[in-house]
Amino acid sequence: MTTASLRSVYPGPGGFDPHQLRREFPIFANNPDLVFLDSGASAQKPASVIDRVADYYRTDYANVHRGVYRLSARSTELFEEAREKMRRFLNAADAREIVFVRGATEGINLVAQSWGAAFLAPGDEVLISELEHHSNIVPWQMLRDRLAIKLVVAPIDATGGLDLAAFEARLSARTRLVAMTHLANATGALIPIETVISLAHRRGAKVLIDGCQAAPRLRVDVQALGCDFYTFSGHKTYGPTGIGVLYGRRELLSAMPPWQGGGEMILSVTFEKTEFQEPPHRFEAGTPDISGAIGLGTAIDFIESLGRDNILEHEEALTGYGVDRLSCIPGLQLLGAGQRRLGILSFDLEGVHPHDLAQVLDQHHVAVRAGHHCAQPLLESLGYPATTRASLGVYNDERDIDRLAEAIEVAREMFR
Amino acid sequence: MMDLRELYQDIILDHGRHPRNFREIEHPTHFAHGYNPLCGDRVTVYLSLEGERITDIAFQGRGCAISTAAASLMTEVLKDKTIDEARALFAQFHTRVTGGEPAELPEPLAEEAERLEPLTGVKAYPARVKCATLSWHALEAALKGGEAAAAVKTE
Repeated sequence: MTTASLRSVYPGPGGFDPHQLRREFPIFANNPDLVFLDSGASAQKPASVIDRVADYYRTDYANVHRGVYRLSARSTELFEEAREKMRRFLNAADAREIVFVRGATEGINLVAQSWGAAFLAPGDEVLISELEHHSNIVPWQMLRDRLAIKLVVAPIDATGGLDLAAFEARLSARTRLVAMTHLANATGALIPIETVISLAHRRGAKVLIDGCQAAPRLRVDVQALGCDFYTFSGHKTYGPTGIGVLYGRRELLSAMPPWQGGGEMILSVTFEKTEFQEPPHRFEAGTPDISGAIGLGTAIDFIESLGRDNILEHEEALTGYGVDRLSCIPGLQLLGAGQRRLGILSFDLEGVHPHDLAQVLDQHHVAVRAGHHCAQPLLESLGYPATTRASLGVYNDERDIDRLAEAIEVAREMFR
Repeated sequence: MMDLRELYQDIILDHGRHPRNFREIEHPTHFAHGYNPLCGDRVTVYLSLEGERITDIAFQGRGCAISTAAASLMTEVLKDKTIDEARALFAQFHTRVTGGEPAELPEPLAEEAERLEPLTGVKAYPARVKCATLSWHALEAALKGGEAAAAVKTE
């Protein structure tokens, strides 16, 4: 009960007190002045996750799916329990639709190299948006160069949101896959993926959603969405690095060939022939990141204990406060995020280069990202070589935004 | 943590705001582009050489205060220097910003090197060393590239 009551001493819009919640994150005890506004790059970890990973190694560790001894069985059970937690987290119909990967980058590469290579023919089209992270651009370019498919890009509109009419116009009879972000990492634009998915399906295209920024902030229900693939990274979701999830509809995964060969993914091997496992193990060659998966399971427990709707309310309220507060700073221009911005504030400060600004902010213990945020094509088209980006997490509160704004004012004075 | 004013000394802020020799040379004998993929900073360094001597040097581009000031100060220091002197100054500057023990330069080169002192604050900020050296790397590429254009990345 102590944790629960601590969380709501001064309940914020999400029903929990972000400042109190910091006590569950050891990084803040070790860096007392830290204003951490870079969760979009990677979120900090609650003690429960850190301890779970350490405890697992101390008490339950052995390789999975191999030994007949009890410890290995126990380890396998924990690993598969974590998979079940991912199923619930995404509301997938079946745990066999959950593939553990290193992160969303690997999830997208898996779809490109397995599904793409098996089901795409020269001239087929993959449709992405201008808002994508490099990890949802480059794998498709590589596939394009290999298979002579076409990579088509749906533009943004004047507000920075996805131009839905232009998107629809770019859906063609040759569009086989739409690969799109749920929440743009460089601007915080929330994409109406329900509409994207239904338009794509109407044209017979499959849909892959990059949920890196959305998974830690929104309730995701892959069955309600009807998407074919959904991927996210554990480390942005308060979990460990090196682990992530690819959801794929069962009939799709079953029809897909393996993409990496090795142990764990086979039924039987002779030098002449190999029979492969059913999904998801078919796509998990080699010893997986067992501790990462278990740690991510604990991170999901942490998220569920706060409540995903509460987190969304918290992020929305704080995003709104951030927009209001930053908009008051002369010369500060927020990048447009379409109809709905969530959790990410990306901006330009007139006359101050983002790297100089981030340096001054760091002096005030405010951690932000400066650069192109792995979305160079988007920033080029918006006319900025780089921006400064503040991204929010459950531990941030209005005071953090105030300290950000105060430090920006210092930088303005300095470079005036 | 050191005082940020050590990094952003007045002379840096001044050259960052009002870079000197910020122009194109119409018919350069040498030029090169520098690009820092980490931050997107770009610089083009133009040179006019007569024999071994730099008779004119200028730059254009976009970048942070450090990289702009570094390019500006570089052009001021290198005007009328020989190629060998320019290389000696770069070698010494590079050693200083990366925290090494710099070689002694003969007068009056040592005096010119002193003018680059305000930039050496970057050695306390490893991520910013590339900002201070980008234009120098471009200069070196220009000299190496002969009369053809050359490009350099800081990585």
